[in-house]
Amino acid sequence: MANELVQPDRFFLNRFGLTERAFERTLGTALERKADYADLYFEFRSAEALTLEESIVNKTAKSISQGVGVRVCAEDRTGYAYSDEVTVDRMRLAAETARAIADQRGHTPGAVQVGTRVPGHELYPIQVSPTEIPIREKVRLLEEIDREARAVDPRIKMVIASFAAEDKVVMVVNSDGRIAADRQPLCRLNVSVIAEDGGNRQTGTFGGGGRVEWGFFLEDERWRQYAREAARQALINLEAVDAPAGEMVVVLGPGWPGVLLHEAVGHGLEGDFNRKKTSAFSGRVGQRVASELCTVVDDGTIPGRRGSINIDDEGTPTRRNVLIENGILRGYLQDRLNARLMKVEPTGNGRRESFAHIPMPRMTNTFMLAGDCTREEIIRSVQRGLYAVNFGGGQVDITSGKFVFSASEAYLIEDGHVTRPVKGATLIGNGPEVLTRVSMVGNDLELDAGVGTCGKNGQSVPVGVGMPTIKVDALTVGGTRAA
Amino acid sequence: MDEISLEMGEWVLDHARRAGASAAEVIMLSAESLSAGVRLGEVEKLKSSRERRLGVRIFTGQSAATASTAELERGSLERFIADAVELARLTAPDPYAGLPDPELHPRSLPDLDLADHNHRIIPAEQALAMAREAESVALKFDSRIKNSEGSGFDSGVYELIFMNSQGFSGSYTGTSFSLSAVVIAEADGAMQRDYWYSANRHFDKLETPEAIGRRAAERTLRRLGGRKIKTTAAPVVFDPEMAAGLIRTLAGAASGTALYKRASFLLDKLGHQVTSANVTIIDDGTIPGLLGSRPFDGEGLPTRRKALVEKGRLANYLLDCYSARKLGLAPTGNASRGLGESPGVAPHNLYLEPGPYSPEQIIGSVRHGLYVTELIGFGVNSVTGDYSRGASGLWIENGELSYPVEEITIAGNLKDMYMAIEMVGSDLVWRSSVASPTLKISDMTIAGS
Repeated sequence: MANELVQPDRFFLNRFGLTERAFERTLGTALERKADYADLYFEFRSAEALTLEESIVNKTAKSISQGVGVRVCAEDRTGYAYSDEVTVDRMRLAAETARAIADQRGHTPGAVQVGTRVPGHELYPIQVSPTEIPIREKVRLLEEIDREARAVDPRIKMVIASFAAEDKVVMVVNSDGRIAADRQPLCRLNVSVIAEDGGNRQTGTFGGGGRVEWGFFLEDERWRQYAREAARQALINLEAVDAPAGEMVVVLGPGWPGVLLHEAVGHGLEGDFNRKKTSAFSGRVGQRVASELCTVVDDGTIPGRRGSINIDDEGTPTRRNVLIENGILRGYLQDRLNARLMKVEPTGNGRRESFAHIPMPRMTNTFMLAGDCTREEIIRSVQRGLYAVNFGGGQVDITSGKFVFSASEAYLIEDGHVTRPVKGATLIGNGPEVLTRVSMVGNDLELDAGVGTCGKNGQSVPVGVGMPTIKVDALTVGGTRAA
Repeated sequence: MDEISLEMGEWVLDHARRAGASAAEVIMLSAESLSAGVRLGEVEKLKSSRERRLGVRIFTGQSAATASTAELERGSLERFIADAVELARLTAPDPYAGLPDPELHPRSLPDLDLADHNHRIIPAEQALAMAREAESVALKFDSRIKNSEGSGFDSGVYELIFMNSQGFSGSYTGTSFSLSAVVIAEADGAMQRDYWYSANRHFDKLETPEAIGRRAAERTLRRLGGRKIKTTAAPVVFDPEMAAGLIRTLAGAASGTALYKRASFLLDKLGHQVTSANVTIIDDGTIPGLLGSRPFDGEGLPTRRKALVEKGRLANYLLDCYSARKLGLAPTGNASRGLGESPGVAPHNLYLEPGPYSPEQIIGSVRHGLYVTELIGFGVNSVTGDYSRGASGLWIENGELSYPVEEITIAGNLKDMYMAIEMVGSDLVWRSSVASPTLKISDMTIAGS
């Protein structure tokens, strides 16, 4: 299989005995009524997962999925049909179903001629997919991680380590005659532990990965860092006191706390919501939505990152999109449909979970550019506040703009010093407001370690986030201890 | 075309045995659905799907591996089975792994009314018409309803076949229908969005488009003018949808998989009081017609009724065979199963038994407090019970809903929160597979400005 995958577009032609003429016929069927656009999305995915619990790798799983989705767009209407059987007959049936949304009167002029190859980036030139590394080697590493985490402290009582990898090949053939294809490997190593001290039990979790080779986890002994970091977080949480409740100064550490940007502004800047004017950011391009210290980008082109892709799931090459520049809203994230209706260019953000899903505007790697303060300066400037360095997930209501994200490791700042650890708490704010309250931005930009997954309308896609240390002058902290 | 069938299952089990499996299970799923969406009166989306997948769990002695595929041709399946057997051999032997005690498999399967015999996939025209009507009712309801995220109608049919190498085989066919509407209201330059939906196995039992539209509009309108309140401690009344989330979390903490990993705040609490005495929580997979009903669980065991919490006391854990063996208990028929995954644990139809109070009486009992209608975020720690989530709802003043509140959090520890359930409502309605009446928790921290 490895050789076939070198040329992802040949992969589908060979595997399913398809031809470019078959694509043209299917697209012709799809466009028999009056439509603006049609595309075929082919996907083959092979995945594996291994889990270590109680010091043995006792759970292993493999899966293979494949399918084709046919989409027809007419004005703002989308017809979609898919099948996990990839045959010319099934494709024709899907095309007939998908075109039902198009106007029966009239037809789409011109025949489709398929053939133009869309060049993508080369962001993850992988020789050997992690799915092809022998299972024994992965089992050994998970066992090492278990020993490493337990060796940190006798209070580490439970270690769960897991490795998940997938190898996905995608191909998009559209009614402009273009063919774009990509092979998208992705893997992730995760460690979660429970530390116990008397009746006090606390968790710590860490992990990383990306579109990388197996060697990534061995480089600089990353696996060892993951194990130690998970153990460290759990041990810190054993000491944590109740989190404060109420509005206060919040300093967010670098890296994963960038989930703030993902929730507070990222979703609200997705093109579908803005075309429909259902986002709190609708109609605000050119306006100030953040302090001038803030420049936020979404960049699908960073080599090897979890959120990066050579082409999006509509075949558009990804790019670096500036969302907010020195506090001013510059643009939205677009897929083809919304870009066409808003009369702008697609931005390479049309993504879908699988062939069973309709693409929509999604983030890739979303982060804030570095400023010039040191972390020490930022913390020293705070009399009383919260310093939050690790987070679980978040969520946003894009219409009201209210968003949350939940800290899993946080400390009090008292008189300019980081003091006691506090228990996890949810932070809540208003998307269009929160970045206007950013008064200091650090020089320490970091991207997350590569574990993020974003959900929207029931579809999950891998994403990245990043941020330097920042200071937010007021944010509501949802602890239990009244301030 | 390779349709799923008992013969295909026999063939897979036979090939697994020949490839060296000492025991095996096979699950086959075939599903079709049509999803229709309208927005502002126009068709927005029509999505049609059709899939068939097959999953196996292969044992080689005490080692087990799972695998799933959509390639159902015999040649592909043969390679797939050989790979799965090889994967099992590479997996560590685990003394607790294995198929259920064969005695526990049911001899006959109950008819649980899982499928609508008069309706299957609802044709696009009818589906779109129903969605259009629901949205239209909402848009016309009030001039402040200005926009829409759309309204959707989905219907689906599925068939599941499960077989194992010790002779159990069972199958069932089910249907599902759902109608939803999401609309947006605007006032004073601020927008609010809310939704309503209905889901059922029987088409005729869905709420009407008119009811969905009206309820979506009412829920959205009542959020307009939401304000933040000062940080305080007060009683919190959970509406039925939010209360269902609380009991779902309790079921998660009472699941065998969380317990043997010591990742639960209910560890060592079996037989102890974990909620106030006015609370009884039942899980029952055998209630005819409900969304969570099924004749057997993910390992082929009966999905019988059991009390999770009985008058405040933790009466049962929810267990699959593996976690049951780990904990030295008997399985409860709660194995949940993705096609390509080891069994997990999940409730079937989970509900909190209704109490004596109407929602009005519960709200009427609160002098100052919060009626919570939406919670967002993932701030629930099932190991410690620490709970902190973003909330919006209505502020209660002197026993009456007085104004909308937003951008606040509610926080506490679940162990304390369950013990502080002071009133249980009489308004139990099945809208999904988890249901609760209105609940009042006597005291939580509410963070705002």
